[in-house]
Amino acid sequence: MKALDYAAEVSAVPIGDILRRYPLAVDYLANMRLDRVDEFKTLPEILEDVDEDILEEFGLDREEVIFHFCAFLEAFSRKRDSVEAISSITILGGRDKAGRPEMVELTITPGEVVSIVGPTGSGKSRLLEDIECLAQRDTPTARQILINGSVPDLDKRFSAGGKLVAQLSQNMNFVMDLTVQEFLEMHAKSRMISGSAAVVEKCFAVANSLAGEKFTLDTKVTQLSGGQSRSLMIADTALLSSSPIILIDELENAGIDRREAVKLLVGNEKIVLMSTHDPLLALRADKRIVIRNGGIAKVIETTAEEEQTLQKIEAIDSILLDIRNQLRGGGVVAKESIPEFQEN
Amino acid sequence: MKLITVAGPPSSGKTSVILKTIAALGLPEGSVGVVKFDSLTSFDHQRYDEQQIPNQTAFAGKICPDHHFVSNVEGAVEWGMKKGLSVLVTESAGLCNRCSPYVNGILSVCVIDNLSGVNTPRKIGPMLKYADIIVVTKGDVVSQAEREVFAFNIREVNASATVLFVNGITGQGAFMLARYWQDALDIRTLRDRKLRFTMPAAICSYCTGETLIGEMYQMGMVKRMEFDDV
Ligand SMILES: Nc1nc2c(ncn2[C@@H]2O[C@H](COP(=O)(O)OP(=O)(O)OP(=O)(O)O)[C@@H](O)[C@H]2O)c(=O)[nH]1
Ligand SMILES: Nc1ncnc2c1ncn2[C@@H]1O[C@H](COP(=O)(O)OP(=O)(O)OP(=O)(O)O)[C@@H](O)[C@H]1O
Ligand SMILES: [Mg+2]
Ligand SMILES: [Mg+2]
Ligand SMILES: [Zn+2]
Ligand SMILES: [Zn+2]
Repeated sequence: MKALDYAAEVSAVPIGDILRRYPLAVDYLANMRLDRVDEFKTLPEILEDVDEDILEEFGLDREEVIFHFCAFLEAFSRKRDSVEAISSITILGGRDKAGRPEMVELTITPGEVVSIVGPTGSGKSRLLEDIECLAQRDTPTARQILINGSVPDLDKRFSAGGKLVAQLSQNMNFVMDLTVQEFLEMHAKSRMISGSAAVVEKCFAVANSLAGEKFTLDTKVTQLSGGQSRSLMIADTALLSSSPIILIDELENAGIDRREAVKLLVGNEKIVLMSTHDPLLALRADKRIVIRNGGIAKVIETTAEEEQTLQKIEAIDSILLDIRNQLRGGGVVAKESIPEFQEN
Repeated sequence: MKLITVAGPPSSGKTSVILKTIAALGLPEGSVGVVKFDSLTSFDHQRYDEQQIPNQTAFAGKICPDHHFVSNVEGAVEWGMKKGLSVLVTESAGLCNRCSPYVNGILSVCVIDNLSGVNTPRKIGPMLKYADIIVVTKGDVVSQAEREVFAFNIREVNASATVLFVNGITGQGAFMLARYWQDALDIRTLRDRKLRFTMPAAICSYCTGETLIGEMYQMGMVKRMEFDDV
């Protein structure tokens, strides 16, 4: 439907019914300071009673209000934010900091986790940025990113409005003055998800299972600890964000269950790339990209042997976790906490 | 010469975004200039000077900043033409939330930041509603969810604008904005062009220097508030 198609409906149907049909329309009226209206009147009737000066403050006359209202209904009735399905992204190599060509072509599909490793300052975050902006040989690295095997058209690149990619990083915090519940509801509303109560509930439960110390639905998001915030962000990104690609820049010191976090993200058929210095996360990935001096030096598939090693690393990790819990609980760490390592 | 108007609340990241976008344009040094419109003080010229970007600052002082903008933007264009600029950017801090220093046909960019609160897009009015491009900054410090909700609130106010995320510190996203700047209209003058939105009325006695409070001192265009009966 075009905006004009809504005009007939808006002029004939009382506003109360319009608001029930299009719940978001409440926001439009509130933005125009028209929040306490007689719900049995139609919008044109309501506008008759509104002082022209007030409308003029918004730069609109009565007809324009109706037109804008219809445009609003049209814009928000479009098929759910339509982020089209992504079946793959491909990284075509550019050049490293010394200008040497990067000899890679790497395709990643949903459900895959790719880690990015390399020394500090080598260019891990830069690679994530290239993906975020769907670089077309126009960033310092001259890399090119393909979507579904082809060059994304310019329009998609721009209009995606950041919707293709969700980002998580160490530096991110909550700034909204809302409770966890209000926060999740607000996000669900912006995604126009129906049955949001169930999603909110699930998100909350999952976030709590990742976090060490539990929090409640009426905790203010700004009062969550670092680890709790990170857990909520991960659960929210996995379950409530529409973006098919998730870029994670360093998650290690978050004090959360990293293994479960990664599982959760991949389980939701997302493409996950994470820059990391953490062996546990690096080996959890299906592949890892090794960055050296700004360029992709190689791409390594996690081998069967490494997967066995990963199990050992996980065992070591859980020993550490155990000690951490002993410390948190106010205990004294016993010598036996660390098993003797076998000599070989 | 291409003219781009950039507006946005104080400290939203306008200068940072402009600097990064100019860098992304990759034009010869000295061919992109900036005119900053502010009310009392500004330190932006130091940052433009550092990057060898020709710039001028105009202070509104006691004049309404928006009226000051319209009465001087034509002069800014003349300055830019004389300097032989290929791109001129105006930066203005939207000081009252009602202003929108946008001109029909001229690329209009509004810069707002994620830290200003999720409801801010709903409050800043014409400056957001009439912009062609809305640049959202400081996404690096808030959660993904907050970025999404913020963008959603923007679209509720201006569904037709292009929303871009730019990091004012690293410049991430700036080159996309540069793409739009490259397509901005070439002009020689602004004469006879129209503002997108009327300027705030400023024709009461206080505009002309009155300082005493009381109904008897108020003349001209005055809007009186209605309070609930008690
Ligand atoms: N974290 C973060 N900080 C930013 C970003 N963009 C700008 N800033 C910071 O925000 C502050 C204000 O940025 P300016 O570019 O000076 O803002 P402005 O809108 O030009 O300010 P006025 O001209 O004074 O109104 C500076 O300290 C910037 O470093 C961003 O994307 N992320
Ligand atoms: N191929 C390249 N060509 C030019 N510059 C590059 C290239 N790759 C990376 N850089 C630049 O090198 C700098 C450091 O890169 P980056 O911040 O991505 O490092 P990092 O690996 O994430 O480091 P850390 O582990 O400390 O987070 C950045 O300014 C980045 O833009
Ligand atoms: Mg990094
Ligand atoms: Mg500034
Ligand atoms: Zn103003
Ligand atoms: Zn006045």
